[in-house]
Amino acid sequence: MFAQVIASGLLLGFVYSLVAIGLTLVWGVMDIINFAHGEFLMIAMYSAFWMYSLVNLDPLVSLPIVAVLVFGVGVLTYKLIIKRVIDAPGLTALLATFGLSLFIRNLAQFLWSPNYRFIGDCFVSDKKVMLGPVVVGLPQLVAAIGSIIMTLLVFYFIQRTKTGRAIQAAALDRNTAKLMGIDTEKVYALTFGLSGACVGVAGALMASFFPVSPDAGVLYSLLAFVIVALGGFGNISGALYGGLIIGLAEALGGYYIGTEFKYAIVFLIYLLVIQVRPKGLFGW
Amino acid sequence: MLKVKNLNTGYDNVPVIFDVSFEVNEGELVSIVGSNGAGKTTILRAISGLIRPFSGEIEFEGKRIDVMPAHEIVSLGIAHVPEGRHVFSKMSVRDNLLLGAYTIDSEAEIEKILKEVFEIFPRLKEREGQKAETLSGGEQQMLAIARGLMSRPKLLLVDEMSLGLMPILVDKVMEILKEISKRGITVLLVEQKVQEALEMADRAYVLQTGKIIGHGTGSELLTSDLVKKAYMGM
Ligand SMILES: Nc1ncnc2c1ncn2[C@@H]1O[C@H](COP(=O)(O)OP(=O)(O)OP(=O)(O)O)[C@@H](O)[C@H]1O
Ligand SMILES: [Mg+2]
Repeated sequence: MFAQVIASGLLLGFVYSLVAIGLTLVWGVMDIINFAHGEFLMIAMYSAFWMYSLVNLDPLVSLPIVAVLVFGVGVLTYKLIIKRVIDAPGLTALLATFGLSLFIRNLAQFLWSPNYRFIGDCFVSDKKVMLGPVVVGLPQLVAAIGSIIMTLLVFYFIQRTKTGRAIQAAALDRNTAKLMGIDTEKVYALTFGLSGACVGVAGALMASFFPVSPDAGVLYSLLAFVIVALGGFGNISGALYGGLIIGLAEALGGYYIGTEFKYAIVFLIYLLVIQVRPKGLFGW
Repeated sequence: MLKVKNLNTGYDNVPVIFDVSFEVNEGELVSIVGSNGAGKTTILRAISGLIRPFSGEIEFEGKRIDVMPAHEIVSLGIAHVPEGRHVFSKMSVRDNLLLGAYTIDSEAEIEKILKEVFEIFPRLKEREGQKAETLSGGEQQMLAIARGLMSRPKLLLVDEMSLGLMPILVDKVMEILKEISKRGITVLLVEQKVQEALEMADRAYVLQTGKIIGHGTGSELLTSDLVKKAYMGM
């Protein structure tokens, strides 16, 4: 049973990691906490849901479309909102993204009602897979594999490509990046887009086994904040490890202590770590 | 090559530079000297587009650049080695250099420049894979200059290279700068170390509280009363 719990914790953890990587990316590059990150995830889940129910596209097929769509949402958010507040003093940027998150959530309620919706019958639905001694749900397994692939792509892009280097440079030192000939405006728009693409992929994968509703993003963005803080703000590998830790904590806590306590345990771990290492486990 | 005309600029509408005019001709090594807070760094920031003039014009090869964004100015052939090095600390030496060549598209060309730069700075070749923050202060200064050369600039702006370096290293970086200038790159050097800067400059300007109070060839200024009295305590 122990192996079973570990497996499901890890699978969930990879999805959490991907959501958190999107969040930490924006923080690392722009020093902005995007409170609407969870709502981007919710938009992704609805996009997958509507493409499934209106034109019968399997979420695995619509995934790239959703990723591109939420990439666009990210870019637009930067150009229409963030760009105007990025240099504003104090809490302006924070309030702007917070306002955006409320706006998107209310808009979703208005357009699509607060009802829970499910993708009942897609390729992965209700299938199970034997992995050695443990049995895992195919939706969860596919979500984890998809998240791992996207995570690797993000790592490769940031660390190995010219544009990725420009993102790193803008994150470390904006003015000096400009002196290298980097258009930091473009880099910021792209980073927001990439952050959106992360939750785009995560959302499309999650839509096949989580209910879709206007509030669907709230819990995951809260978990993503915890993960980002655990991993060290702006630290992408930190977000990856943090996601796995939280996934495991949730699974183990839920099994050995009680499902109703699983998030309490997650936040307890967070509070403990922050006491010892205020900058997170992998922070600098 | 570079013409600065009646430049007034500063920060948040606090003026720092007053009616400054000077020029740098192709192939020259020109220096702006002045003490702490004179406004040397501010002038370089205006040239590279990090801040905007309140009034006045900056021309490079006949083109107005004071209205262009910083990243486009780099493509025209101006590289700025900022004060305090500002290497990308968490990135490798090689990645820092590659960022210097950001405006160059051809991989082959980048490899070629990299080779040339490693010839001037063999030390950096040895440390290629190391994070920039693990380099010594002198090595970081070398990296900052090398990174500036990676865009194949026509004009290199260098701010306070000597800052925080031991005298022996100061001599060394000055030598390197002369070498760079010999290779045909025009250099505008901003320095607090008045003597060293004047010794190597073809021409120089003296800046005091945001105004140019004297100019001439390096050797003229070295022996002038103005410089002797104000900067060398003679
Ligand atoms: N970012 C800034 N914001 C506001 N004022 C600034 C800023 N940078 C410099 N100043 C002010 O502008 C004036 C000129 O500064 P600048 O850095 O250009 O001098 P400098 O000649 O380069 O001095 P140093 O030799 O110490 O480097 C100073 O009075 C300084 O306080
Ligand atoms: Mg200065």
